[in-house]
Amino acid sequence: MTTGWEKTPEKKTPGMLAVGVLVLGALFAACTNGSGENDILEIKFWAMGREGEIVPELLKEFERENPGVRVMVQQVPWTAAHEKLLTAFAGDTLPDVAQMGNTWIAEFAELDAIARLDEMAEASSVIEEQDYFPGIWATNRIADTLYGVPWYVDTRLLFYRQDILMAAGIGRPPRDWAEWMQAATAVKQHVGNNNFALFVPVNDFEMQVSLALQQDVPLLREGDRYGNFSSPELVASLDFYLDFFRKGLAPAASESAISNVWDEFARGYFTFYLTGPWNIGEFRRRLPAELQDKWMTAILPGPSGPGASTAGGSSLVVFKHSRQRDVAFRLVEFLSRPEIQQQFYEISGNLPPRRSSWRGDRLESDPYVVAFREQLEHVLPTPKVPEWERIVQELRMVTERAVHEKWTAAETARELDNRIDRILEKRRWMLAREGRDGS
Amino acid sequence: MKPSVAGWLFAGPALAIIAVFFFLPVLAAFAISLTDFDIYALADLSNLRFVGFRNYADLLQRPLFWQALRNTLYFVLVGAPLSVMVSLAAALLLNGQMVRFKGFFRTALFAPVVTTVVAVAVIWRYLLHTRYGLINYHLDWLGLPTVDWLGDPRFAMPSIILFAVWKNFGYNMIILLAGLQAIPGDLYEAARIDGANARQRFFYVTLPALIPSLFLVGLLTMAGYFQLFAEPYVMTQGGPVQSTLSIIYLMYEEGFKWWSLGSASAVAFILFIFMIVAAIGQLVVMRRYGSGV
Repeated sequence: MTTGWEKTPEKKTPGMLAVGVLVLGALFAACTNGSGENDILEIKFWAMGREGEIVPELLKEFERENPGVRVMVQQVPWTAAHEKLLTAFAGDTLPDVAQMGNTWIAEFAELDAIARLDEMAEASSVIEEQDYFPGIWATNRIADTLYGVPWYVDTRLLFYRQDILMAAGIGRPPRDWAEWMQAATAVKQHVGNNNFALFVPVNDFEMQVSLALQQDVPLLREGDRYGNFSSPELVASLDFYLDFFRKGLAPAASESAISNVWDEFARGYFTFYLTGPWNIGEFRRRLPAELQDKWMTAILPGPSGPGASTAGGSSLVVFKHSRQRDVAFRLVEFLSRPEIQQQFYEISGNLPPRRSSWRGDRLESDPYVVAFREQLEHVLPTPKVPEWERIVQELRMVTERAVHEKWTAAETARELDNRIDRILEKRRWMLAREGRDGS
Repeated sequence: MKPSVAGWLFAGPALAIIAVFFFLPVLAAFAISLTDFDIYALADLSNLRFVGFRNYADLLQRPLFWQALRNTLYFVLVGAPLSVMVSLAAALLLNGQMVRFKGFFRTALFAPVVTTVVAVAVIWRYLLHTRYGLINYHLDWLGLPTVDWLGDPRFAMPSIILFAVWKNFGYNMIILLAGLQAIPGDLYEAARIDGANARQRFFYVTLPALIPSLFLVGLLTMAGYFQLFAEPYVMTQGGPVQSTLSIIYLMYEEGFKWWSLGSASAVAFILFIFMIVAAIGQLVVMRRYGSGV
């Protein structure tokens, strides 16, 4: 036990010295390496979650095309990405280029942290605005200035069981709200008390936001100064959402309460599932073989006819302080090329934001993504205020309580607007001080 | 040199460090808590407003704050006594005459304290996993219903408490063990001659002699448990349904997620007040007990 620690210091010295020499040597080697090839330009790129794992694979080609440029990819988990970006801004340690959730762009534009890309995008031969889905492109424009280039898109639509829908006497997926409610009621009658027509996680906000976006009124009013959920149109959208729970058509459960959504979907626990593109791959992998031709995707029904959904996804932004903005933008251009985006789709399943990237065999021949292709022509950006992320969190919490405590849509809207107005107080003060015009 | 001057000279460096790294930041934090420092102020300091105590008033109106406070009190009131009791039990066992391999057990029981919270939390997440976890496996094997430990709002906080107690009891155990070993053996001998049984010896000799150590342990544990953060951050992210959102977690979200430093500092000060009140309460109780010995 004791022998190792009984050695006298004198005996230890040679070992310590050797270690010290090694460390110094390594440091020296590292230094000379750096200064010896000082024509190598390092670009720091932050990518989030799964994209961070995948993107180095794509970047080999970029480095081959741009000798002397090395891209250092830092992988940031999604759960910590927003904090990390803000902290890095405060500490002045932002990278040159990063992937960013497109709802965060307004915030970082307000901070003056990200570079305006209008000129570079106009001069670019790769990035063509007309080729992008307009709703997605719009998320990157704050007050007529372009701050990011869409990288991939994310939206919500319906995954459904064709066989159960048929058995319930419904021939095709619903196209509008009335048909949706009618189909859900028929399914519920068919599947009985212990199963449901729709599953939408009760602690999620995507469906509520999508339904609200489908109305012809803005989600915030008076130049984004106040919440607008008490307007009759948005009360109607909340009412439609709450109706699914009131009528027992959807379980008041969160995703974690349904421990395995794929098993439950296969079992017929629910027929409609509101979710995003990543689940296409999951459904293929996890649903049993005999169910593979019995599920399909459909565009989100709107108040009257196929409706809009959220324009989610990630964009690529270049940071203002970066000294290599040109090279960083070259990286953005590279990742925006249709053939690279197709390759990206093949490894990640992330849907590309531009129409020409959709022309590949893989995407055109896939029946499950057809609805997504259609939906992407009907996506709308959420209000572009820095507070939006907070607002949707409140939306999520308020509607969850509304479901559990059986609030009416009007009560829900009032509580929601109260909370939103409190969050937007600072914004109102700022706008009043700057004398900016409302609406 | 006058002794008092020498004293100040010796204490000076330490006092200077405390002033610069403790009192100054605390004062700055208090000052920030009176402003609406937020993302707009981060962009441009001229967007900063002095708002007096409005951050505090707003917080007291927010349901999420009360939820966080309830969760934290739940954790402190259940977790801290449980932790001290487990520590005391372990210390008593280790102090027993019959126990062999004391060194081994002492090290083994102390080991969780020196592990990294994040690393062991990941392991505990496996243990507590709904479908593949060891705990549910055994429950199932015993024919008991399995529990969604970290996914069910009713069980998430108990799971966190269990983990925190396991992680922390070793530290208190060492302090209490030292306290136990400092109790003179002749007290027990005298008690035994007077006919006191084991239970009486524990309540009338061991416990009173341990009061100072218990006070220290209680204070440290309470202060530590009020600052619950890493466990829910790693294991549940404050969920499900905010059932493991602690005060510090709320502060972290306010400060670093939303960058509302004004509001985050107000949270910190409210927590500070709570801890001072709890510490004074403990002091009063201990004084009363202590004087009886």
